[in-house]
Amino acid sequence: MGKEEAVFFSRVLTELTLSFHIIYATIGVGIPLMIMIAQWIGIKKNDEHYILLARRWARGFVITVAVGVVTGTAIGLQLSLLWPNFMELAGNVIALPLFMETFAFFFEAIFLGIYLYTWDRFENQKKHLLLLIPVAVGASFSAVFITIVNAFMNAPQGFDIVGGQLININPLIAMFNPAMPTKVAHVLATAYMTSAFVLAAIAAFRLLKGSSHIYHKKALYLTMKLSLIFSIASAVIGDFSGKYLAEYQPEKLAAAEWHLETEENAPLYLFGVLEDGEVRYAIKIPFALSILAHSSLSAEVIGLDQFPEDEIPPLYIHYLFDIMVSIGVWLTVLSAVYVIGTWKGWPFVRRQWFRGFIVAGGTLSIIAIEAGWWFAEVGRQPWILRGILRTEDAATTSGQVDLMLLLFAGLYLILGIGSIVVLSRMFRRNPVEKELDDRHTEMGGEHS
Amino acid sequence: MTLEVIGISVLWLFLFGYVLVASIDFGAGVFNAYSLYTGRKHILTNIIQRYLSPVWEVTNVFLVFFFVGMVGFFPKTAFYYGTILLVPASISIILIAIRGSYYAFETYGSRGHMGYTFMYGLSGLFIPASLSIVLTISEGGFVTLVNDHPVLDYWALFTSPLTWSIVVLSLAAVLYISAVFLTWYANKAQDQNATELLRKYALIWAAPLMITAAGIIVELRIHNAEHYARMLDVWWLLGLSFILFLGTVWLIWKRKKYGLAFGLLAGQFTLAFFAYGISHYPYLLYPYLTIYDSFTNEAMAISLIVAFIAGLCLLVPSLWLLLRLFLFDKNYVRGRVKKEDS
Repeated sequence: MGKEEAVFFSRVLTELTLSFHIIYATIGVGIPLMIMIAQWIGIKKNDEHYILLARRWARGFVITVAVGVVTGTAIGLQLSLLWPNFMELAGNVIALPLFMETFAFFFEAIFLGIYLYTWDRFENQKKHLLLLIPVAVGASFSAVFITIVNAFMNAPQGFDIVGGQLININPLIAMFNPAMPTKVAHVLATAYMTSAFVLAAIAAFRLLKGSSHIYHKKALYLTMKLSLIFSIASAVIGDFSGKYLAEYQPEKLAAAEWHLETEENAPLYLFGVLEDGEVRYAIKIPFALSILAHSSLSAEVIGLDQFPEDEIPPLYIHYLFDIMVSIGVWLTVLSAVYVIGTWKGWPFVRRQWFRGFIVAGGTLSIIAIEAGWWFAEVGRQPWILRGILRTEDAATTSGQVDLMLLLFAGLYLILGIGSIVVLSRMFRRNPVEKELDDRHTEMGGEHS
Repeated sequence: MTLEVIGISVLWLFLFGYVLVASIDFGAGVFNAYSLYTGRKHILTNIIQRYLSPVWEVTNVFLVFFFVGMVGFFPKTAFYYGTILLVPASISIILIAIRGSYYAFETYGSRGHMGYTFMYGLSGLFIPASLSIVLTISEGGFVTLVNDHPVLDYWALFTSPLTWSIVVLSLAAVLYISAVFLTWYANKAQDQNATELLRKYALIWAAPLMITAAGIIVELRIHNAEHYARMLDVWWLLGLSFILFLGTVWLIWKRKKYGLAFGLLAGQFTLAFFAYGISHYPYLLYPYLTIYDSFTNEAMAISLIVAFIAGLCLLVPSLWLLLRLFLFDKNYVRGRVKKEDS
């Protein structure tokens, strides 16, 4: 296998691992927070439905965590196995957040184990709630630290290169790079948003399937309220991210928006196709890109004409950007209509077709996560460290990457199918109605 | 003590932590599968599940911690080991992934698939074997530089007696450590049958452990004379380790003080592990890479050590809580659920 093929297969394998991992990782970041909120509401309202909600989510969460942990281990090692030159260089500057991420992960792992196995040991639910805080904090902080590493790859700083040597290294400046605030905030907000939508989809699915239990209604209302909050947060932070790109990574924004020429009063293109350097069939919103980039109608936005041909990312990232934004907007509207509709008593939000939309929202939010990450990552091509190290110079020289790609693809297939089968079996065999009955019998026996 | 030595000591300590907890985990899977095969599943399964469930994820973190720390403190190892280990490390990852997810699927999802249990047990043997390859490679002689890029000679690696001795040693160690620990755990659970069975396994695996350990020292003399000479310098550590080993076997034989027996075992492996590590000094990959020429810059080293100390302040109490709740809690170990406080 030649060098070019090694680079190609390394990229495919990394993309495959990450695309698979982020499904579980995103859920892994968001769900502990949702469990914590449900547990807290359960205690506050003294409503056992919410406590049970927390428990059932936690039980399913274990399966997703397991897959998240093992695929996370895989990508952690693959960074060194597939990109040894990158890790050698970046390790000098960015090892600190990587290292801290493992601490956060450690912390979460310990308390998740304790939480899961002390369900019946603490009579006091408040104590049990306390155990959830480190789980949720650990999960979110591992996302924070690992996103800092990714932000560094987009905006490397905190060192000087003199004659090929790294000097004046400052790990903290590397961590607090300009890409970091928007990236971290967007990753967290969208992870919470996605988890809330996935959980809402489950509740809506049960209601759609004929259950009319109050438990599912409470679950749906709670998760849709959370979805709304985090959708709005994601959109606001997404706008900041656009402004960040205009300032620091204009080639990514220009490629995403098909902004070919540098100009003022820049319009925004939605959808469309690119033919022979012309944008066709697109919805053109005048001035919108100038507003997105610089909050001003007339601001000048840098176009692709300012960059050498071999330093611009592939133009197909426009589609990814559109998918992400369209889904984001759609889900924000959907959750807003549901929450307002439930509050005002509009009957259509209880209709089957509306619940069908909510069920689809779970899948859509995950698609948006994938599209968003692909956009962010492909948008930084051809660099692995923007402006410093090109992707093709960072890959391994080993000749067996194609074989490893096959092996890992098989692994992810098994894990994907396995987790779906186990999760659906787990909940189908033990529906909430049955579990509530069991608990009543148990408690009745105890108090009599 | 220089920053380099602090760095490698910290990492060696975490690697040791992984070896200890992962051995218990891997060995438990093997014994579980074996007892199923011989129709004695009911004897061991409960004990093993009760111990493994709350800790399996923590075990994984020790490994992640080690390799992330390695690249952090010694970024050049990413270049050397990253390039040559693509195949062996990928196989290890895949096995670990199947094993970890299977455990969760089986425990929290559905129970009792025979085929999976065997796979789980087998992977417990293959993972230590595939990971111990790294130790062999680090002795040198299997890697050459071609156009400044390291290339691994698989043929030399797989035909070397040193490779196979290290593989056998790792397997014997896994089974021995696991059996001794589980004997203690089963005894605490007052599970007579499980204790007896595991005690037998512990005694069976003690002999191959010592034979291979001695064999490796002899083979090192031929393979890497420098390492052998340095090993002789620390002969007293190895001797002490051997005395602790005798103590463990004696206690297990006499059915006395299983807790102390496990303590002696931990001491035995600590001494042997550090004697091996110290004699390996200063090489990370003989003869290309020492801890000095691969070490990160001073600013990063200091911030990593600060992060490490801060992290330990969080971790040690948390780990202590975990052990208190699941290892030193008599009611949990015996499988009884007790309501605490109110």
